[in-house]
Amino acid sequence: MFYREAGQFKTTYEADQGIFPIIQDRWFIAIMLVISFVVIPYFANEYWFQAVIIPLYIYAIAAIGLNILTGYAGQVSLGTGAFMAIGAYATYKLCTAFPDLNILIVFVMSGLFSAGVGIIFGIPSLRIKGFYLAVATLAAQFFILWLFNKVGWFYNNNPSGTITAPPREVLGIMITGPNALAITRYYVVLSFLVVFALAAKNIVRGRIGRSWMAIRDMDIAAEIIGIEPLKTKLMAFAISSFYCGVAGALYIFCWLGSAETEAFDINLSFLILFMIIVGGLGSIMGSIMGAAFITLLPIFLTNFPPMIGIQIASDLAKHLEEIIFGVLIVFFLIVEPHGLARLWQIVKEKLRQWPFPY
Amino acid sequence: MKMHNLVLAAAGFAACAVGVMESKIAAAADQFFPLLVYRTGPYAPNGIPLANGLRDYYSMINLRDGGINGIKTSVEECETKYNTKLGVECYEKLKGKGATLFTPFSTGMTYQLIPKAKVDKIPLMTMGYGRTAAGDGRVFKWTFNFPTTYWSQASAFVKYVASQEGGMNKLNGVHIAHIYHNSAYGKEANPTLDALQKIHGFKLTKIAVDHPGQEQKSAWLQVRRKRPDWIFMSGWGVMNQVAIKEAVSAGFPMDHFVGNWWSGSESDTIPAGDGAFGYKSAALHGTGTDWPVIQDIIKHVYRGDAAKAAENKIGDVIYNRGVLNAMFNIEAVRTAQGKYGNKVMQGEQVRWGLENLNITTAKLKALGMEGFTQPFTVTCADHESGGPVIFQQWTGNGWKFVSDWITPITSVVRPMIEEAAAAYAKENKITPRTCS
Repeated sequence: MFYREAGQFKTTYEADQGIFPIIQDRWFIAIMLVISFVVIPYFANEYWFQAVIIPLYIYAIAAIGLNILTGYAGQVSLGTGAFMAIGAYATYKLCTAFPDLNILIVFVMSGLFSAGVGIIFGIPSLRIKGFYLAVATLAAQFFILWLFNKVGWFYNNNPSGTITAPPREVLGIMITGPNALAITRYYVVLSFLVVFALAAKNIVRGRIGRSWMAIRDMDIAAEIIGIEPLKTKLMAFAISSFYCGVAGALYIFCWLGSAETEAFDINLSFLILFMIIVGGLGSIMGSIMGAAFITLLPIFLTNFPPMIGIQIASDLAKHLEEIIFGVLIVFFLIVEPHGLARLWQIVKEKLRQWPFPY
Repeated sequence: MKMHNLVLAAAGFAACAVGVMESKIAAAADQFFPLLVYRTGPYAPNGIPLANGLRDYYSMINLRDGGINGIKTSVEECETKYNTKLGVECYEKLKGKGATLFTPFSTGMTYQLIPKAKVDKIPLMTMGYGRTAAGDGRVFKWTFNFPTTYWSQASAFVKYVASQEGGMNKLNGVHIAHIYHNSAYGKEANPTLDALQKIHGFKLTKIAVDHPGQEQKSAWLQVRRKRPDWIFMSGWGVMNQVAIKEAVSAGFPMDHFVGNWWSGSESDTIPAGDGAFGYKSAALHGTGTDWPVIQDIIKHVYRGDAAKAAENKIGDVIYNRGVLNAMFNIEAVRTAQGKYGNKVMQGEQVRWGLENLNITTAKLKALGMEGFTQPFTVTCADHESGGPVIFQQWTGNGWKFVSDWITPITSVVRPMIEEAAAAYAKENKITPRTCS
């Protein structure tokens, strides 16, 4: 009843090929945008911005990036952390070398650096597949972090080896640095997420996305129908690394403020991989839901017992949180191996039939 | 059924949202000390005694003295697992509950909080860790790292080596290796050692060990090949015990192996067994329970139950460090009360208290800490105070002091601190304030 496409007639090809052909979807997206642009900033305080929502959006961008590579093009990568690190360090180098350059442009430019390195580390994907490719990208993870730690030039030779977000403003509004308001950083991150998510959605349903999926499903067959594996796979690596690079730049400049290479270690790569597995491989919406699940659940589990009046020692609470978190991930994957995106789809189907299921 | 789950989850989340927002409205009748602790995770063996030391001293102040001049202290712990990202959440949560002073006990957290301290008007107390350049109070108004820093410590180590070798002029030709955790923390001592090497002509080899430090074979292969006379170690957590075990198997003389003050606690030496006898480390304070202040904690907090206290690691190096840090925090609040009156101090007032802190011998005696640590004064320009460092040696069941209190080489370290602070100020567009 709520989700029926019956009666929605398309009279032009453009309408038929629209990004959200069903009116309910358009409404849903519009409501989500209103919530994120108006309602959340109105209600959230600094705790919510800094501890919950900003990291969630940044992780969502990185998860979309990895989902393009792993979910759509079928190339397993464990180098997400490294590609994010490239974005962050490139931003740091660029904005300290050219202090007057618009920081938003710097974010995008550092994504390009990340894309370039992504192409180089994507070359092995032409020969090797699956687990073996994962190991090759693991090399990127360790090599790049080692490089950033070893060569002082990357962190301007400061004695501690950390990079710090310098204060930068756009149109008189502080975007990065300690004086940037949480709400400004929220809007920056949100805008990047919206633009990148829409771009990704459009890429994956067009020619490029279809060629990725063809390669993913059967590369020999794809080659026979005229898809070049070299170009397609490397493009997937480039675009995926671009997303991850921008996410990495935002991660330091709009969230943490300061970090060393340890912030981008292998655990971050795994975290993003878990997000797309829990959220759903091959789904943009799933990437965002997976990021939300993995970011929000631990915070919820930590804050829930004191809220209902149960006082637990902080270490015990942490252990409990980890146990419950692990159990929930296993539970979700057992009941729905295709992730939250599939659950969402099931919900939509139920809504279509409700209240009279067959 | 799945719909059901989703609805439940959404309802739960909404409840959480309301709760977190409301928890902000907490009445501030107590002097609130937030505790960012790591009782779990890879650094828990250090994090547990540290958190216990801080917690016990705060509650001892309530139980013995009835608070700071009548103002009770209250604490809340937030678990970070020594993870910077979890630390962000803890910081925001505790900030909202009226925190007036943060002691992060993590280099990563400190780096992140230094710029925020100024904006949120909550001072940062990083006792013997964090960013050494913060010793320049003109640039780092809100950050304090007294009584002494990594750079001062490294210079004190060089002086200690000189005293063992027979004088500063004997350093020429002595070979020192620095084994360090390959992170912001571990790299801290390098610039000082480089600078002193140029002055005193000793040979310096720097050997990095990657996080977390369980794998050190290649580092110790270099030690075997190059045969340094002394080894200085900036390690943390599991890295320390592994290094001590490796040193034993490399046949390196233990009394020439010196850790910094984060590489010298029971959790580092006990796992290495008998081989650790003779291992040395730098220290800021005494260990063991034979100090009046520690006895007071046993008496008031544990009601005389020494076994229970021992279970909580009382008297361990890191526990006592927690006690020392808590004492500094309490005394800073007390100093601030001297100016602003006996009430709950706000962030700005606590900052004033930290900056005007004067720990005298008489005060230490009154606190039951005579000989436990050394007197020092903090000033507007000098947030480090260049306090002395002492060296201790592991005897198998405890630590004993094996040196006098060694004053750092301030003539070398201080200009370096000012230079680093100026570079930081330039990069972050900070105008240093004038201290007169």
